[in-house]
Amino acid sequence: MANVNSVTDESFQTSVLDSQTPVLVDFWADWCVPCHMVSPVVEEIGQDKGEALTVMKLNIDENPQATRTYGVMSIPSLILFKGGQEVARVIGAKPKDAILRDIEPHLA
Amino acid sequence: MADEHKVIVIGSGPAGYTAALYAARANLAPLVLKGLDAGGQLMLTTDVENYPGFPDGLLGPELMERFEKQAARFGAEILPVHVTDVDLSSRPFTVKAGDQTWSAQTVIISTGASARWLGVPGEEQLRGRGVSACATCDGFFFRDRELVVVGGGDSAMEEATFLTKFASKVSIVHRRDEFRASKIMQERVLANPKIEVVWNTTVSEILGEGAVTGVRLTDTVTGEEREMATDGVFMAIGHDPNTALFAGQVDLDENGYVLVAEPRTDTSVPGVYAAGDVTDTIYKQAVTAAGQGCKAAIDAERFLEEMAHTGA
Repeated sequence: MANVNSVTDESFQTSVLDSQTPVLVDFWADWCVPCHMVSPVVEEIGQDKGEALTVMKLNIDENPQATRTYGVMSIPSLILFKGGQEVARVIGAKPKDAILRDIEPHLA
Repeated sequence: MADEHKVIVIGSGPAGYTAALYAARANLAPLVLKGLDAGGQLMLTTDVENYPGFPDGLLGPELMERFEKQAARFGAEILPVHVTDVDLSSRPFTVKAGDQTWSAQTVIISTGASARWLGVPGEEQLRGRGVSACATCDGFFFRDRELVVVGGGDSAMEEATFLTKFASKVSIVHRRDEFRASKIMQERVLANPKIEVVWNTTVSEILGEGAVTGVRLTDTVTGEEREMATDGVFMAIGHDPNTALFAGQVDLDENGYVLVAEPRTDTSVPGVYAAGDVTDTIYKQAVTAAGQGCKAAIDAERFLEEMAHTGA
């Protein structure tokens, strides 16, 4: 399976905010048990959506700036960015169809 | 028809994995559908000091990893999917997760229990924005902040104590004038200089736009209301059984727990068994769940043997 690319505080602007395609960012940490359940689901969604969506992971321990900027106070948190703006947020470990329900309306 | 199994175990806490271990060793090749909260409540705890056989204690997630490995070693098939629908009206039973379907001669329900929420205004909107039911998941985000913990049992004591690692101050809001927590846990809390207890008080609203800024408190004696500033609210007011999937299919008690024919694990549907916190209104321990999981596997095995004999 293809691995999901990581995004950092430094690359957030170019990889996420300036991206032409919508980007789903998976805010996670190694010590967060539910995150390990959600990450494979995010990866799957990325594969299903192909060109229509980019998925990326952000390690909150290593990237406090983006974590703070977007007020992430619980992980896993999935935030969908489109045209540099947050358009949807899914908090907590949810099943794939529940995640899709929240993000699909924003995908072209 | 979909893939047919002798035993499907729904859930992957101590009850589910023990059922899977025993069923696997009985050559029943059980299928375990882990669910989103795979590993169950122990995944959200830190040290487990009361699981026999581990004199030095171990971490909850580590204990569950060992459970899973042991079940897998004997041939349990373990899938990381969340069951969304079951049909227990006739055998073979049907179990679905999204667009995947399996059928089974027997089903073991071990879906456990999940944290209860207060159901007050503001709670839903601010969940994940300062409202949480998992200190070990979200405590990290509250370094040097002030927090409220709601509850009065062991889990409230444990959460409050854990949260003082991060928070500058933790206020336990409790509706009575005494805790029902065990003595040792209470003493730990009352001796902690970072913890304050607000007795005879309930949280009637959670305040904030986009993030928690405070709570509205109601005095349970005088009825008086006041606001208190806080950065986060952690719930520790007990658990509810995860039985929404089974309502109307197996008999549940008035609080939603699956009724089993103690000392066996039979539910109201022959061939369907239940084990662990999903049945347990009293003990709720990893070791009692594991014990009941073992019973469920043996009950299922005997049922299958009987069916084979009678040719039903």
